[in-house]
Formats: sequence, structure tokens, C-alpha cells
Amino acid sequence: MNDQAALLEVADLHTSFRSDRGTVRAVRGVDLSLPRGRTIGVVGESGSGKSVLSRSIMGLVPGNATRTGSVRFDGTEILNAPPKTMRSYWGDQMSMVFQDPMTALNPVLRVEHQITESLHEHLDLSKQQGKETALALLTSVGIPEPARRLRMYPHEMSGGMRQRIMIAIALACGPRMLFADEPTTALDVTVQAQILDLLQDLQRDRQMAMILVTHDLGVVAGRAHDIAVMYAGQVVEHASASSLFAAVRHPYTEALLESIPKLEMAKHTRLEAIGGRPPDLVNLPGGCKFAARCRYAQERCSTEEPELVADPHDPTHLVRCHFPVGTSSEVPRHEALVDQALDVPEAVSAELPQPTVENHEDPGPGSASDEGAN
Amino acid sequence: MAGIGDAHLRTADETLLRVENLVVEFKSGRGQVVHAVTDISIDVKEGETLGLVGESGCGKSTTGKAIMQLPSPTSGQVLFDGQDLASLEGKDLRNLRTRLQMIFQDPISSLNPRRKVEDIISEGLDIWKVGTKAERAAKVDEMLLTVGLDPDVARGRRPHQFSGGQCQRISIARAVITEPRLIVCDEPVSALDVSVQAQILNLLEDMKSRYGLTLIFIAHDLAVVKNISDRVAVMYLGRLCEVGDPDLLYRQPAHPYTSALLSAIPVPDPSVRPDARETLAGEIPSPLSPPSGCRFRTRCPRADQQCTDEVPVMAQVGTEDHYVACHHPLLPEDTPTPVAISGAMA
Repeated sequence: MNDQAALLEVADLHTSFRSDRGTVRAVRGVDLSLPRGRTIGVVGESGSGKSVLSRSIMGLVPGNATRTGSVRFDGTEILNAPPKTMRSYWGDQMSMVFQDPMTALNPVLRVEHQITESLHEHLDLSKQQGKETALALLTSVGIPEPARRLRMYPHEMSGGMRQRIMIAIALACGPRMLFADEPTTALDVTVQAQILDLLQDLQRDRQMAMILVTHDLGVVAGRAHDIAVMYAGQVVEHASASSLFAAVRHPYTEALLESIPKLEMAKHTRLEAIGGRPPDLVNLPGGCKFAARCRYAQERCSTEEPELVADPHDPTHLVRCHFPVGTSSEVPRHEALVDQALDVPEAVSAELPQPTVENHEDPGPGSASDEGAN
Repeated sequence: MAGIGDAHLRTADETLLRVENLVVEFKSGRGQVVHAVTDISIDVKEGETLGLVGESGCGKSTTGKAIMQLPSPTSGQVLFDGQDLASLEGKDLRNLRTRLQMIFQDPISSLNPRRKVEDIISEGLDIWKVGTKAERAAKVDEMLLTVGLDPDVARGRRPHQFSGGQCQRISIARAVITEPRLIVCDEPVSALDVSVQAQILNLLEDMKSRYGLTLIFIAHDLAVVKNISDRVAVMYLGRLCEVGDPDLLYRQPAHPYTSALLSAIPVPDPSVRPDARETLAGEIPSPLSPPSGCRFRTRCPRADQQCTDEVPVMAQVGTEDHYVACHHPLLPEDTPTPVAISGAMA
């Protein structure tokens, strides 16, 4: 999507996991291209494959995972590269800020040790140089009294401070590519704003490429250059942030936006919840994967799977839908779905537990999908 | 912000719950004391939803738990329907607890993983031996239906077989089945995705009107609180800052802290440059030694000597349901945009 030479190029990436129930197809054919200095926001619900995507690119997947396709970093194919090769990339070339700073940090090691670990791994620094670099890093991520903090253990700090430590660790070796996997989900709204501002400043100053993974469209608006919305392992809408918010084309993106409570709403405004739940990634339905929950769905949607194609009016705006928002002349099916009486719940409620693939990897907040009955 | 006073309280006969001068302190090591909640007064009318907002560590959950007497507050009164809960003990307190229920933040860990859903939901009824066994089972099925789960499928399953949103529905069923008058919802949607969050918020509204519930809704997300509340109270470091009708309070925040909280909310609109907005610097100070005077003064751009010396007292803003505890409140003429807030790091 960009003329600039891409630092990261992902083509037709598939990731699946073997499980007792069958093959969980978590990522199904994702293409991404990201040059230096650019941020892409990857947005989706739990189980959409957004976290698996970034972990698949970095090679941080468990042994039961199979990856196919291509991941080229700075022109070199790194998909399925041996762990030894990947070690030279992790920290040095690409690194990740994880969601939960409490569990991602080692509770029994001092902060200093955790920051300097990758410095000593990748750069030939003396102990003193390592300490000085760590001090500079803590200062750059806005931690007051850095010298004192270096001697602390993670539990002695607040959630916001711990997330700053995580960022310092991720940036220690000056990576060219940063993955931020729900970096603020565990934090308060004021601290969230601080951390997002910090990430944005650092990304700009260091000209890093950044993938910002989140379930909140509000977080990526204004902070990402491009946005990819994921659903059931696929990108369903991909556009520049301005183009996406100016004209949302995919019904799922539209529904996600509508389900956010907004400050300008009067109190007790009924929210437009998305009925139903994401599909089972083991037994995916035919046709469009969102059709069962889509207010615009028609016959064709349940039989024929849409391709990710460019919008006729805007070639950079890609959407995977037969009837993008604003093109359907049919009366939205929506009317019939809204306001289902409380007493008429959907009988689908408790089928088999959803294979929320992310669950065993990041059991943090935002764990689940849900069934309908508004 | 460290607000005291009771100008915002309504007359006692209007309210279902009236909390007066609530103080909760915990002993910490080395003789230190955690001042979790310091002199808070708040009330809730029958059928009303009170939204309690603030950052982590502001004492909002502690307030909710102190109302439930879990544990009883260090001092202060919790009048529920005219009865002081803090003075009740043993059997009387147990009896009264059926009228008060709680819904917790983490839907999965707040349900016993080894028990079946039907047992989890009916436990309150079983303890009080309400009706026959068959009647209780029928009640459980009715509750499951009401919260949008299929009783035939859900009844015999265990919590791990449900998603987070479904577990929160089970928690709601468990809370409502004893026919409480007041439910304290402690961040019930913070752990959920936005799409599921909307479903649960709608469900809570439905349950409230169907069963005539009174809710205390604790959250850190101002947009969520506004949506569900009839009245909002903003807390900071154990004290109240601002109380009022959400439409008034959000349109024209009078407290610098409320204003800063509002400006920190991510807006799904790329034309609003997040970095151009003012965000609150620093972190909440330690409740072991809270600042003197107004507790927000260390992060407040308007702070002066008076804020260090005097604890601000709750006072009415204008003529409507809007109260603020601040020596230098933001008045309509000087707040076209949220004020710049800077301050020392904690």
C-alpha cells in the first residue's frame, strides 16, 4: 500500500494451532506492509486473531502452531527461521510491549537486570555502560528518580510505571520495529493517555515501524497512520485512519464504533451492541464470517466468501464485504435484530467453549466474546 | 479535591442509602496507615444509579465494599433504609445482606470454577431456604433466561465453559436472584471487549427497570459511567471531588480533575489529535501520606497556598444538581477547553 520501501512485509500469513477439538485457524491469509516511521493499528475483538498475528510475525508462537506464507523483515524472509536466528532479531531489530506489565516482568529480578539483559545480549557493553544506558532509557520513558527505580522490583511500582519499564526494555537495543500488544488495556484512562503519548513520541523520534494492537478503535484513532480491522483471523477492512473514520465501509467496523459509549450521548442511551459472538475458529462457517451478526447480511453472504478488495472510490481503502456500508439498497436486517425482548434469549448461549486462541497466551482483561440477546 | 462536606446530600427520607463521613483505613507495615477513604458522604435514591468514578487507588472500590460492610468502615455511618449497617452485627447483618448484592470486575475469577452454574446462582436461595428445591430450580431457570442464557444448556455447566461476557451474565443472575434492593457493581465491564461491554450495560439497564433495582456503578471509564448513571460522583485519593447530574457534570466540569479525566478519554475520531489535548501528568500520590489540604493539589495547575492549607468543602455550582469541592473551580467563562494540567510525578 505504500511506495516507500517496506521494513516489514507480510504476505498471505496463516497461523493455525493443533488442539483436541481440531485445527484452530487463528490467522487466515493476512497481508501487511509497513515502512519505517509508520504505525498501523490492528483492531478486533478477543479471538479475532490480532494478537496471534503480531506473535506470528515475531515468531513467538507455541510448538503446536503452524505458520505458512511469508514474513519479510528488511528484505529477509524470517517466517519459520530457526529460533537461533530469531534471537538475533528479538530485542535488537524487533521487540514487543506486552499487555499486562505485572505478568510480563519477572517479579524476582530487579528492574536494572531486566533492562540490561538484552543490552548485554546484543551489544558489547561493560557493566557500567549497561547501567548508564538503562538510566538514560528510564529517563526517556518519563520515569522520575531513575537511579532509585533501577534498584526496585516490579511489585514496588504502579501499573503505569511498570508499563513504562516494559517500554524501556523493549526499546533498549533500539529496535526498528515495535509491537505493542494492547499496551494500555490494564491501565487507567489517564495513564493510558500518558503511555500512548509516550509510545507515539518514541515511535516518531526513533522512526520505528509500530504495530499497535487493541480492541478499542478510540485508542488507534489519531495515533495510527493505518488501521486494519480483524475478524475471525482475516483483515476485513484496511485503510488510512483518516479514510477509515471518514467513511467506514465494513459493517463490523461500523458496529464496533457504535458499541462504544460516547460522552456526547445523553445518559441512559441504549447502546448498539453487536449481537451474537465471533465464529468458532475450528468450524468456520461458509461465506462471510461476519454474516451471522451482520445487520446488512443477504443470501449471498452466507454462501460466498468475500475477497479483500479496493473501494471503487478510494483504491487505498480495502474492504472484505459484498455489501459495504452505504452500498446496500436493502432494508437493513438490523431492525429485526435490535431490541429482542429480554425473555427471548438466543438459544445458542452455551455451545462449546470458544477457542479464544489468545486465552492461553494473554489471559488478561478483555478475555472473552459473548453471545447475543442484546 | 480533597472534598469534605455534605451540601450534595439530599434529605434523608428521599434516599435508600445514605453514607455519612465514611472513613476506611488499613494498617500497613511499620505503623503506617493507608488512608483509603477519608470522610466521604454520599447518598442514593431508590431506583437511581450512582456512578462512582476515579483512577485506580482513589478508593472507589473500597467505598463500595465498605457500604457492603466488607469489611465494616473504620468510622462513619452507612444508613440503608434508615438502618445503620455499621452498627449491625452477626445475624442482623446477615439478614440484611440479602438486600444488598455485589457484582465484581473479573467475571471468571468471581465464580467458583468447581461448581455448576445452577448451584452458583441458587446459593443465596439455598442458604436462606427460600421455597422448595423445585421452586428454587425454577427461579434459577427464570434468572438464566432473563440474563440471556439458555437454562437447558447453561444449568449444568461450569464457569470455564463460558466466555467472559457470559460469566458476567451469570454473576448478574446470582446477584439479582435474592431480590436485592441495592447492587454494588464494582467495575463490571472493565474486563470486557467493547462489543460485549455494550451488551452487559444494556442488560444491567434492563434488569434495573425490570426488578426496580438501585445501583452503585463503580468504573474508571467516564463514558461508561455517564451512559448508565443518574448521578455521578468523582473521587480522587479517598475524597470526593465533584457530584452531579451527568449531563451537567460532563458538559461543564467544575473540578480540574474531572476536566482532566474527561480529556484523557480516547475519541474514535482521527481529527482529534490526542497529543494536542492536555493529559494529566504524574500519578496519584501514595495514600500512606496523602497531601494536606486538597489532595489533588500536587497535580493541579490551579493550586495555591490555600489548597495546601485548607480542605475544600463541597458547594453547589449554579442552581441545579451539581456540586464541587474545590477552592478554584472551573467556571463556565474560563473553560472553553479542558485546562492544561501538569504536575509533579508521584
